[in-house]
Amino acid sequence: MRKSFGSELVLRDVDLVVPEHTVTVLIGASGSGKSTLLRCINQLELIDDGLVLFDGVDLADPRHDRDQIRQRIGIVFQAFNLFPHMTVLDNITLAMRRVHKVPRAQAEATALELLGRFSLADKAPQYPDRLSGGQQQRVAIVRALAVAPKLMLFDEVTSALDPVLVNEVLAVVRDLRQDGMTMVIATHEMGFATQVADEVCFLAGGVIVERGSPDHVIHAPRDPRTQEFLRRVHEAGRL
Amino acid sequence: MSPDIASGADASSAPEAWTPSEQELDRREARRQQSRRSIAVAAISSVVVIGGIVAVVLRSSGWPVVQVTFFDPAVGRKVLPLIWDGFKLDLLLVVIATFFIALLSLSIALVRTSTAPALAPFRILATAYVDVFRGTPLILVIYLIGFGIPALSLAVVSYADVAVYGTAAIVVTYSAYVAEVIRSGILSVHPSQRAAARSLGLSPSLTMRHVVLPQGLRRVVPPLLNDFVSLLKDVALVSILGVVEGVRVAQVQADKIFNYTPYVVVSILFLMVTIPLTRFTDRVLIRSIARQNAGGTA
Repeated sequence: MRKSFGSELVLRDVDLVVPEHTVTVLIGASGSGKSTLLRCINQLELIDDGLVLFDGVDLADPRHDRDQIRQRIGIVFQAFNLFPHMTVLDNITLAMRRVHKVPRAQAEATALELLGRFSLADKAPQYPDRLSGGQQQRVAIVRALAVAPKLMLFDEVTSALDPVLVNEVLAVVRDLRQDGMTMVIATHEMGFATQVADEVCFLAGGVIVERGSPDHVIHAPRDPRTQEFLRRVHEAGRL
Repeated sequence: MSPDIASGADASSAPEAWTPSEQELDRREARRQQSRRSIAVAAISSVVVIGGIVAVVLRSSGWPVVQVTFFDPAVGRKVLPLIWDGFKLDLLLVVIATFFIALLSLSIALVRTSTAPALAPFRILATAYVDVFRGTPLILVIYLIGFGIPALSLAVVSYADVAVYGTAAIVVTYSAYVAEVIRSGILSVHPSQRAAARSLGLSPSLTMRHVVLPQGLRRVVPPLLNDFVSLLKDVALVSILGVVEGVRVAQVQADKIFNYTPYVVVSILFLMVTIPLTRFTDRVLIRSIARQNAGGTA
């Protein structure tokens, strides 16, 4: 896969395989292309060249209906991006009701069940700005889950949160892993990456420099660039 | 941000009884004194400035004449019922115009912000429309439509009431302004909102209807109310076509009795509607600014 913004080449030659029911974690410095890679997967950005294969279908092919693709790939953003003019419940039921034409009562039952699972049921009638950052992000995850996606993308979902709230969001992701959800996660939380990842990929300069199990990439990196990155993360006290 | 975390363990316990300290009582007393002084200064300054202006006007040599020609209570009482009847037509035209302006301007704004290829010719037309009617004085549009369309001698459209042409001219001009206000609202919604909606599988039109438009419109309520106040006054311009609305009635009465009091009467009627509306607009504006400053992340 190749992607540039104007003259800036962000992804030069990225080759990533995500088997079903596995968790792939993307690490790398800010600007290394983690977010761009995720946004290219669900076609929020168009790639310059390459293939995005999902269930054997090339998503980058303009002849496929992008809206249908996105219904099977959920994404959660760093800045939550909840709809501020809707209640939590309406945020979650919007896609079910308008895209999938699920009747309101049924959509709300599904939403409340999901909210209950993440102990957010009492937040259903509230507007997003009444919630803490951690609660907002968990609602955003529920919103993405509500349309029963096969693949979930997490774009630095804890970067805007304080350490206490980070944990409540990461607990949700661990939960999803237990359920066998296929996930691609961009994160700066190395401890979390070690816990949940089946494979860790270190991105730098538009390519995947090093990949493998967390034990290998995070605890015994071979490439000097990975070593340098992790040394700096360690200095910043985030390992 | 979140009270349950900020206040920690003692969130459930009742607020404890508390007697303000000496210093606090002293500070409160000082604050009361300061505010008393501010009120006194504001009062004195108001009396001096406003009183001065009134004194200058009332003591001017022409005042007695002005008082009789502009502020004659007897004339005012006599013309009020006539002018009120005309003014009711103004209000009716405003209601009708508002309805059509809302319809037309929303369509133009949606066309101008759309990217669908099928709408390409409409995008060009909408842009040309906005350019032309935002740049032409309203009074000229009223003349052109009011005298031009009857002159065409077309079936039906050329034989309507003058009030219809006047209102149409206002609708056509105001829709251009309002469409731009709505468009700016739509464009002000952060792209991440659109990305979030599209990532859930919503089509471009569903995204517009349920996510972008509701937020965009909410943001432009204050400028739209502003335009509404302008519309309330500008509707009187249809009098130049001979529509017998409030201002026209006042004009006829003033010419008949050689006294300008009818103009003052009709002005007061307009002010009775526009001043409360302007105050209301002010409050909505301040509330919306406060809200935008409060919730930043979205």
